[in-house]
Amino acid sequence: MAKYLLKLYIAGQTARTQQAIANLRSICDTDLSGQFELAVIDVLERPQLAENEKILATPTLVKELPPPLRRVVGDLSDRDAVLVGLDLAVWDKKDQARK
Amino acid sequence: MNKVQLTQSVQKTVTGIPGFDFIADGGMPAGRTALVAGSAGSGKTIFAAQFLAEGIRQLDERGVFVTFEERPEDIRRNMMSFGWDIGNWEAEKSWAFVDVSPEPSHEVAEVGDYDFGALLARIEHAVRSIGAKRVVLDSIGAIFGHFSNKKRVRHELFRIASALKDLEVTAVLTGERTDQYGEIARHGIEEFVADGVIILRNILEEEKRRRTIEILKFRGTTHRKGEYPFTVIPQEGIIVIPLSAIELKQRSGDVRVTSGNEPLDRMCGGGLFRDSIILVSGATGTGKTLLVTHFIDGGAAADERCLLFAFEESREQLGRNAIGWGTDFDRLEEEGKLRVVCEYPEAASLEDHLIHVKQQIEDFKPNRIAVDSLSALERIATVRGFREFVLGITSFIKHQEIIGLFTATTPSLTGGMSVTESHISSITDSIILLRYVELFGAMRRGITVLKMRGSTHEKEIRELVIDGQGMHIGGRFRNVTGILAGNPRQVGAEELEKLDQLFPE
Repeated sequence: MAKYLLKLYIAGQTARTQQAIANLRSICDTDLSGQFELAVIDVLERPQLAENEKILATPTLVKELPPPLRRVVGDLSDRDAVLVGLDLAVWDKKDQARK
Repeated sequence: MNKVQLTQSVQKTVTGIPGFDFIADGGMPAGRTALVAGSAGSGKTIFAAQFLAEGIRQLDERGVFVTFEERPEDIRRNMMSFGWDIGNWEAEKSWAFVDVSPEPSHEVAEVGDYDFGALLARIEHAVRSIGAKRVVLDSIGAIFGHFSNKKRVRHELFRIASALKDLEVTAVLTGERTDQYGEIARHGIEEFVADGVIILRNILEEEKRRRTIEILKFRGTTHRKGEYPFTVIPQEGIIVIPLSAIELKQRSGDVRVTSGNEPLDRMCGGGLFRDSIILVSGATGTGKTLLVTHFIDGGAAADERCLLFAFEESREQLGRNAIGWGTDFDRLEEEGKLRVVCEYPEAASLEDHLIHVKQQIEDFKPNRIAVDSLSALERIATVRGFREFVLGITSFIKHQEIIGLFTATTPSLTGGMSVTESHISSITDSIILLRYVELFGAMRRGITVLKMRGSTHEKEIRELVIDGQGMHIGGRFRNVTGILAGNPRQVGAEELEKLDQLFPE
């Protein structure tokens, strides 16, 4: 199966950052069955990357692979919204599991 | 101690935008944030870009442009028409973009709480990497379109404003307005994050567009009050015209120069003052353009340079008429004593005409200028705009000790005042009237000096004869009364005697 490539842009180690990382780990472990690669990018350290990617808000989660490219912003506390927003194929998986 | 002093007075930073620093009493409050608000098409982005461009060109101050609406490539292309080569400035690290323009593929979902930490980091990075002193955010209201949590956006805008202060940059935010005279900005937040508010307007008045700029507030420092007209012209950008702030401090010399017609000089008490403004009013065909021609000829004979702005006739027509009266415009132009600028009044707005007139004056450096006719310009302006135009041109030439001769056309053939006159007569130093006089079934012409500031002058109305050589001023209309009222009447010898006895010496 396809491996997910995710990038999480954060602005320093704030409470919100911690929250977002914890939420993301939980989603990845349960819904992506560990099939993912995650890069956490701190825009305070690498502002030019944020400029190149036109990142505006933090945290921003970008799903680079598989296509299509998707972005969500926020601390990822709304789990269902994250899955819908990233267009993750988990719904199919769940449907299949039910059958 | 030092710190206390710093917080007490707000320093100004010169923007370099022509005319703006004057109405801003020296420029933008340094290290602070000003909101430039205006409706669509009012010139906000131009103002913002010019703030950076003039900083680079004139003051060696670098700038960061944060764009929320237009893409950087569009801004580069659009601003090229003002001669601002942004691409080049970017290459030499005088200018940097932070691109926050919407990207269709970046449609984002909000999944929990967030802040603008990334935007802030990008702005700070851009400012630090080029050492910027100026920052522009154009336009911050657009960020409300990107995000649904208005409360969060508001909070983050405050955070950005406060971060700009820490960066010690002078910032310009632009904000969209819905009404010309309503709330300051659309989202009701923009003015609170800024220390100053500047409003750009593009008002439709009597079917004519008029741009004005008003500084509404500069927290903790002074500025000029009220709306000032401005214009946007190619290769220059915004030029503010600080008309009502013009100081009436011109020196009044007592050097006299010739009007080009000796009898007229005598009527004026020995010639016209070198730094004065003369209004020549008359109906069509009374000899206004001829008087202008003599004025040019007289100047050229005294080795002076004359600049003529013609708004009614073409260059060929003027030249042909002048030759008929013995003045060779072509030769004078070759000798550098004359420049004729012919323009259709409708070809530009009054503000643009004013800028053009000033440019021509600065370029040609004349000793005398003539405008034929001022009334032609009245057609394209509102009453207020026209008065400001005359005031602007008047003060400009007075500062340079140039004599100005303006003509005005009266609507009725005999008597009456032109609109031009009634609006500007108080601005001019001298008024010469040319009038038709109907006597015994024939039209004759009369000339009189109505006003001559700072000098005595003849009060009589004299006859004016125009022939192949030009104009000749003859004797007084001794036994006629009611000329200026447009109702001339012959007076008998007896009545004249009675008149003489009315005012015994």
